[in-house]
Amino acid sequence: MPGLEDLYREIILDHYKSPRNRGTLEPPAIRTEGHNPLCGDEIEVYIAVDNDIVSDIKISGQGCSISQSSASMMSAAIKGKPVAEVRALIHRFKHMMSIEDVEEPDTSAPLGDLEALQGVVKFPVRIKCAVLAWNTLAEGLDTAAQ
Amino acid sequence: MTIDIDHIRADFPILADTINGKPLVYLDSANSSHKPQSVIDAMSTFMAHQYSPTNRSAYFLAAQATEMYEGARTKVAKFINARHAHEVVFTKNATESLNLVARAWGAANLSTGDAIVLTHMEHHANIVPWQMLAAEKGFTIRWVPLTADGLLDLSHIDQLLDGAKAFSFTSMSNVLGTINPVKELVSLAHRHGAIAIVDGCQSVPHMPTDVQDWDADFLAFSSHKMLGPTGIGMLWGKESLLDAMPPFLGGGNMIADVTLNGFTCAELPAKFEAGTQPIVEAVGLSAAVDYLNAIGMHNVRQHEMEISRYALDTLTQRFGEDIVIHGSKNVEVRGATFSFAFRDVHPHDISQVLDQHNVCVRAGHHCAKPLMRLLGAHATARASFYLYNTTDEVDALCDALTETGEFFTL
Repeated sequence: MPGLEDLYREIILDHYKSPRNRGTLEPPAIRTEGHNPLCGDEIEVYIAVDNDIVSDIKISGQGCSISQSSASMMSAAIKGKPVAEVRALIHRFKHMMSIEDVEEPDTSAPLGDLEALQGVVKFPVRIKCAVLAWNTLAEGLDTAAQ
Repeated sequence: MTIDIDHIRADFPILADTINGKPLVYLDSANSSHKPQSVIDAMSTFMAHQYSPTNRSAYFLAAQATEMYEGARTKVAKFINARHAHEVVFTKNATESLNLVARAWGAANLSTGDAIVLTHMEHHANIVPWQMLAAEKGFTIRWVPLTADGLLDLSHIDQLLDGAKAFSFTSMSNVLGTINPVKELVSLAHRHGAIAIVDGCQSVPHMPTDVQDWDADFLAFSSHKMLGPTGIGMLWGKESLLDAMPPFLGGGNMIADVTLNGFTCAELPAKFEAGTQPIVEAVGLSAAVDYLNAIGMHNVRQHEMEISRYALDTLTQRFGEDIVIHGSKNVEVRGATFSFAFRDVHPHDISQVLDQHNVCVRAGHHCAKPLMRLLGAHATARASFYLYNTTDEVDALCDALTETGEFFTL
């Protein structure tokens, strides 16, 4: 049986206790909401996209340590990155989370600290928590592309 | 102890199991209860040696299975003190029972300009079916608010019930543990000409039920929360109301005759039991009712009141202001279901740490989002106790919470 330390790695708790990029952005930044209907977690992802670059990102909402730290780490990882690279990272992250419909990812997008979330896979119930921010971000990017 | 707890625990095979070498501390019975060996044996013997479809054939096995299925109905009827066995309709679960009332009674009796009354502490199963029907029929839904300690606030109940056609409420909150004064609420409803529909899921497994004493009109409850199997629920209704209602689902078993031009309904209870019924589940439910009767529902309630006192005292003593237990602290008006907030640790994280000690609690919104919004919580952790739980298990919960606190010290 996997232990708590597999799930709650130090860097995850650090992001939970001191979340990065908390807050909101004013329009024309894009605001996207995500919900985990099973547990009531709610997240809002604000992104500013300029010249195909995610120039700024803010996160608000509430949830468990896994959903909050995943969102915080995501925001730190993608800020200032080109949209194509961000999409590749979303793909890679979801692959790491064993989301079934994700094909073999492009491994050129570095995971960095996000690898700490790999332990979540051993706790299948929590995978939804970890990917909530990422799915919400993907939706925001789709809106930005319209 | 008012009941022989060791003896009872020995009847539940899963309670003797270990996971990763540690015993199971199951505190999620408000969600679904475990099953005694007698229920497991009854279903297994029935499937192995007695199985047959019911109501349709003359052979010995069919007659015997029909007798067992109807015997379950009779036992359930006695368990809630119904006047007639045919007032008990078997459904898939209590959710279906409430949908049946909304779709059959509600569709025939509610229209534009009408109003029904629900409470702020309802489970989604007693909200959404009415909202679905209201969207079609155009009636309004009024809400009974709550007091600060999680009881129904009846200060404006006469205004709320004025002109209402139905008052549908839970007998016990699945989040707060609040036990509502059912008899008084039924009487209030009737005084205003409204029928009284009781969602009994949380109370029927834990205390005596007497629908005649209540003078209620409908009662919905489920088997899997009262030691029986999943897949079968119950709707009790007054004969006159059930007789006057249109059927719910159409199909085999529920008809008296079918022609190319239409159909006529079967008598109660078959009128509301379309298609092949949960026969095996009814046999298991029957054994569950026997088990509860042998212990006595007054004794179950007494045991859970003792556990509640111990839990409230111990949690408060050990954690002081670090824990917020929702609902009343008076065990006379609450059952042994405790939703709580612990420091600022998210309920999911609480339940994850507790799981390391096999302490099973539910974390989430408990299918009562309007109530959660009222509490200002997106989610809570919930520990719920039943006749097989012990005060030692309250201590196990506290020990695991202590570790949770240490782990998530900010």
